[in-house]
Amino acid sequence: MLMLYHRKNRTNKQKFSETEGDGEAEGDSKADASEVPPATDDTPECLNKALQGLSSRWKNWWIRGILSLTMITGFSLLIYMGPIMLIPLVMAIQIKCFQEIIIIGYRVYHSYDLPWFRTLSWYFLVCVNYFFYGETLADYFGVLVQREEPLQFLVRYHRFISFTLYLTGFCVFVLSLVKKHYRLQFYMFAWTHVTLLIVVTQSHLVIQNLFEGLIWFIFPVSTVICNDIMAYVFGFFFGRTPLIQLSPKKTWEGFIGGFFSTVIFGFIFAYLLAQYQYFVCPVEFDSETNRFAVDCQPSSVFVLQVYTLPAIVQNVTRWETVTLYPFQIHSISISSFASLIGPFGGFFASGFKRAFKIKDFADTIPGHGGIMDRFDCQYLMATFVHVYLTSFIRGPNPSKVLQQLLVLHPEQQLSIFNALRSHLREKGVLTE
Amino acid sequence: MRNSSLQQTVPGPRSLHHTLFYQVLETDGEDRLGLTGEPDGEADGDSKADTPEIPTSVDNTPQCLNKALEGLSSRWRNWWIRGILSFTMISGFFLIIYLGPVMLIIVVMTVQIKCFQEIITIGYRVYHSYDLPWFRTLSWYFLICVNYFFYGETVADYFGVLVQKEEPLQFLVRYHRFISFTLYLAGFCMFVLSLVKKHYRLQFYMFAWTHVTLLIVVTQSHLVIQNLFEGMIWFIVPISIVICNDIMAYLFGFFFGRTPLIKLSPKKTWEGFIGGFLSTVVFGFIFAYLLAQYQYFVCPVEYDSETNRFAVECQPSELFVMQEYRLPAALQNVLRWKTVKMYPFQIHSVALSTFASLIGPFGGFFASGFKRAFKIKDFANTIPGHGGIMDRFDCQYLMATFVHVYIASFIRGPNPSKVLQQVLVLQPEQQLSIFNTLRSHLQDKGILPPPRPEAQ
Repeated sequence: MLMLYHRKNRTNKQKFSETEGDGEAEGDSKADASEVPPATDDTPECLNKALQGLSSRWKNWWIRGILSLTMITGFSLLIYMGPIMLIPLVMAIQIKCFQEIIIIGYRVYHSYDLPWFRTLSWYFLVCVNYFFYGETLADYFGVLVQREEPLQFLVRYHRFISFTLYLTGFCVFVLSLVKKHYRLQFYMFAWTHVTLLIVVTQSHLVIQNLFEGLIWFIFPVSTVICNDIMAYVFGFFFGRTPLIQLSPKKTWEGFIGGFFSTVIFGFIFAYLLAQYQYFVCPVEFDSETNRFAVDCQPSSVFVLQVYTLPAIVQNVTRWETVTLYPFQIHSISISSFASLIGPFGGFFASGFKRAFKIKDFADTIPGHGGIMDRFDCQYLMATFVHVYLTSFIRGPNPSKVLQQLLVLHPEQQLSIFNALRSHLREKGVLTE
Repeated sequence: MRNSSLQQTVPGPRSLHHTLFYQVLETDGEDRLGLTGEPDGEADGDSKADTPEIPTSVDNTPQCLNKALEGLSSRWRNWWIRGILSFTMISGFFLIIYLGPVMLIIVVMTVQIKCFQEIITIGYRVYHSYDLPWFRTLSWYFLICVNYFFYGETVADYFGVLVQKEEPLQFLVRYHRFISFTLYLAGFCMFVLSLVKKHYRLQFYMFAWTHVTLLIVVTQSHLVIQNLFEGMIWFIVPISIVICNDIMAYLFGFFFGRTPLIKLSPKKTWEGFIGGFLSTVVFGFIFAYLLAQYQYFVCPVEYDSETNRFAVECQPSELFVMQEYRLPAALQNVLRWKTVKMYPFQIHSVALSTFASLIGPFGGFFASGFKRAFKIKDFANTIPGHGGIMDRFDCQYLMATFVHVYIASFIRGPNPSKVLQQVLVLQPEQQLSIFNTLRSHLQDKGILPPPRPEAQ
């Protein structure tokens, strides 16, 4: 649905800009002419030559198709190369999304002539990333950190150092306020912070999901992509009733068809992925070999279990029991979220683009728009998967708990030790 | 400038006029004169937004005060109103401290809700978005969601025993994050469904305004409550230091002020800044000494499940126990003292005072810039003579975050009961491995007797 939506939006926009002018109180008429990005064609030369013969309509279709295939292939390749490539990839996407949104802010507010501000925005991005990645590193690379003395200092006072860095940026912002540009500067400050909130925190949650096991990264991303494609296909063939005024090309038939096909796809895909240790095990940093390792005893979620079917289903399918991974049941909830709530992320981004009269976030991917266009539905998904993981799947991280224990005062450690010993004795785990 | 009003410093007829007549004029005429010069720099239709910006001067002064001060000229009347209100606020502050943690938590919540309301109302005025009634509901809904999330996390930590007793509470605590996220998502989806064709940009602005306000106001009020649970002294001392810095910088500026400090607030001077810094450090040092002697201030706030009340009783931590420090040789020669007895907390108070005097004012400058950017004189008219709640609390917010980070980094470690809870949630084999590691750690430290040979 998203692919067709972008093309049609161009014609819709002309209609909108005439009717919206009276309702918008923010000087839009001034902002219109500079709002629409110049149509630069980023398509590589080789593709252009190969598709010279076709008419422009089919040319667009082919470009979009080839780029989609390229992206999916690239995605699979990166998964094959492992966590060490996926983390830089997530970081690169985050930086690109941040840049795209900030550039839109500059265009909307004509704030190119405040050079300090570009520096400040990037500085805040670096600060927030430092804070988040420091917290992750301290948890997962505990052993490595213990060895290095300067790292220990950085970890112990991490929050204080991050806060000091942020404060410096804050003070520089206050000192940089220029008399005629107060409102602009406050707008850009707020724009930067909201963007950081959306983009950086959620890319950090993606990385945390990834450390739980590659499957918690691959599966949600694939589900969202599948829902996009399936909803488009169903809408293309059966689409009749419009879904929401905000995106006139989306239909109820596409929505519901996409929902059912995504659930089924997710169920099967989960079954395929859950068999491999490579996907299922938490990513650990092996301090001897200095590499990421994915070796473990799969948790109970990824071990085949036998479920007794309820009586009704037994009569219908004449099976008494069915063997499933528990993860497949979780996959149903993840697919449902991707199909039912994920599109709201897309609607939010559509509304945002309409509000600021832009067609795409950027022109990075030929035929598809910017990175942000492809990832808008993914963000809600990443947060949901993280919350789902912490609530229903895993408990606290044992090494993190142990670290906290070792920092406590000796008498507190002793009291916890005694409480834990009596607890384990009750459970029969400890026999002394 | 209106905001850190007590720091108005440069003497002279014009400035005195400005210090008194806040409610009538902007201090440096930026709004009146700046209008003609600014439209090229402001891309958001400011000229349309200007006339409704200045709030109608509502006089909130109670009738009794008005009658009592009838005789005086309006200049002295304003001074008296400000003075009486300041005194009232400080007395109220002491009274609430006397009433204890329960009142303090309620006060913090009330202040938070009022600040949120003030900032959102300004947003409505700036964007003329009164005719989007859904949006007011959504803003308050998001406030409730975020508060539910934060207070749920705090309640789960500190009221652990109470929570274990009640079955429905256990469910709420176990799935707290998921429930909060679902509530927030419901609000997000409502926002998307409420987007109206002609008002997209307005609605996105208000959405962003709400979220930034939540980020600033709610998270920091939550940090204030967490500081309070550490011990009331971590709540009282920072607030008092900021108030003292305000008053001292104003006094020093009034008597000695000469060199302007920053273009953003032309009434602030370097003399006021430095004088305020030094006097705040001295005040903080003495005040810390006074407070650190009482268990009531120093002990962490605990919830006593038997009496169902908050209790502040404990063995004071080493931070609040008098210690002897040897003075360096240079000071020994000057003062002819070899050692000095202090609470370690007093040394920490120097750090807190330094932050309040040097960095705290930046919070005030930020709020001044904000008010200039949106052409408002005060955040609201809640307190007669002083403006809104937000005007009084803008410097406090940075302070609260700093104190929280300071405590987390330098003072306390993780909360033991919270760590125990996490351990009890783990899988049995993980618990066993942690148990073994902890046992060997304690044995190494000599706290536990070494393992007997026959037990192995």
